Amino acid sequence: MRIAVLVKDVPDLVEELELDESGRGLAVDDLSYVPSEWDDQALEEALLLKEASGAHVSAVALDTGDVDNMLYTALAKGADRAVKLVGDYDRTLPGRQRARILADYLAGAGYDLVMTGVQAVDDLDGQIAGLLGGMLGWPHASVVRDVAVDSGAVRFVQEYAGGRMAEFRSSTPLVLGVQAAKKPPRYVPIARIRQVSRSAALEEVEAGGSPSESLAAIERLYRPEAQGHATMWDGDAEQVAAALVALLDEQHLRS
Amino acid sequence: MGPIIVVVEMQSDAMSPASAELLSRARQLARAQSTRVVALGFGEAARGALGSSGADDAFLAAGADAYVPTQAEAALRQVLQETAAGLVLLPNTTMGMDLGAATAAAEGRPMVAYATSLAAVEGGAFKATSQVYGGKLVAEVAVPEGSVVTVLPGSWPADEAVSGTTPVRDLVVAGESPMELVRTIEPDTGDVDITRADVLVSVGRGIQDPDNLELADELAEALGAVVSCSRPVVDAGWLPRARQVGKSGQTVKPKLYLALGISGAPEHLQGMKDSEIIVAINSDPTAPIFEVAHYGATCDILELMPILTERLGGAD
Repeated sequence: MRIAVLVKDVPDLVEELELDESGRGLAVDDLSYVPSEWDDQALEEALLLKEASGAHVSAVALDTGDVDNMLYTALAKGADRAVKLVGDYDRTLPGRQRARILADYLAGAGYDLVMTGVQAVDDLDGQIAGLLGGMLGWPHASVVRDVAVDSGAVRFVQEYAGGRMAEFRSSTPLVLGVQAAKKPPRYVPIARIRQVSRSAALEEVEAGGSPSESLAAIERLYRPEAQGHATMWDGDAEQVAAALVALLDEQHLRS
Repeated sequence: MGPIIVVVEMQSDAMSPASAELLSRARQLARAQSTRVVALGFGEAARGALGSSGADDAFLAAGADAYVPTQAEAALRQVLQETAAGLVLLPNTTMGMDLGAATAAAEGRPMVAYATSLAAVEGGAFKATSQVYGGKLVAEVAVPEGSVVTVLPGSWPADEAVSGTTPVRDLVVAGESPMELVRTIEPDTGDVDITRADVLVSVGRGIQDPDNLELADELAEALGAVVSCSRPVVDAGWLPRARQVGKSGQTVKPKLYLALGISGAPEHLQGMKDSEIIVAINSDPTAPIFEVAHYGATCDILELMPILTERLGGAD
């Protein structure tokens, strides 16, 4: 089974999200970026599949910024190959166009299974797994866990609201948007990533230009006007504990 | 303008609340744009719900009673091609994530996800607002005619009463499905049912380490509460799924929801925002959880939990 895991980085939500002058986008050069957490889950699930059934795992990233470290990290974790799709685009590339470039690459790359994060914090114009499924005409499913290889086909579990789930079996090629891996994503020390970056090479593939896609235009990006906001208790943990106990007493919620 | 298509999702043999909300707004938008509402449902179990949906017309893609992504997508695309849809609405659930993006991409339609409001504008188009970046920003988006929009459940109320009967047409979807349903899995309620607790001590990523869960357990015991959590805690394997609050977990409405180290991603808020009293402790003063919480503080939860437990007379 040949697996492609699509990884990307996203703005770090722990940091303040600065807007650009137009008010329609982020000040992309002023932000710090982290690997999208769901892509990490997809990579982990792919590596677990490799360990269980001998799959060949390629980490694939579109070079919209500094993706080398993310790809070396995937290799250090156990991916067999790292592919960087290079072309003339940057971090402002809309998700829909990103999907088209990825779809054009994946269509002829011979993968059986494409795995990526179920969503990303910036996928306003559609989640990548669904977009790829639609563009490639391949079966696809989102919010997926417990992926397994089964006689050339793929089994997986899809999650729904309220804890309900269903198990499916699908032929390949197949695109899955992974919610969670069977185990928490593995950790690799930075020294190991550095070592890999010196010894391993990223495979660069020339990808197409920015394609035209039907897009819905963002007219304004802004911080939510709080419909309400919590009454904040100032002070240290002792003072907050006192306020909380007073609230419990007032509401008769002490057992 | 072509009709507004609403894809209806079933939940325990009834239409999901999110689908009822969409139908309600679709009727208003259809009046504003002088068009009709067409509902689409999957499986025989949806026939009754479609008939009383309040839509002008409905399609039923029969076959398996359960939802199968590939079959549902084929049915939706067939409806779009038959009706020249002016707008396609889906709940931003698993089904919406499967069908929304794929159908938009396959049919060359614009797509807007995570919408929380949707209004008609002149000229046959719409305007949406969506939550992005984990709820930290809102995007106001121009939605051209023909777009696919997925809407976060609970974004607006559903109409209380719907009158009339909607004619339901059977839709025959051609072609073999590459994907087959193996089995459905009912929720595991585990050792406790968090939906029945009066007080929930709910922990998130801020708990940092599974060893710190003991502090939450002791606090819950002192409070007569039950420990619940947000998704990352379950994904890390620190608590079982039965304890998860949110979109893919349980919806809870306790008397007190004590959110410890939970930032308040939209998926989590969806499952707890109707709690009677919400108290949130999170070190990030801009965390979205404070927008739904009644009381909040930014102190260290790992310091707070033992102090609170002691004040409540527990774990000495």
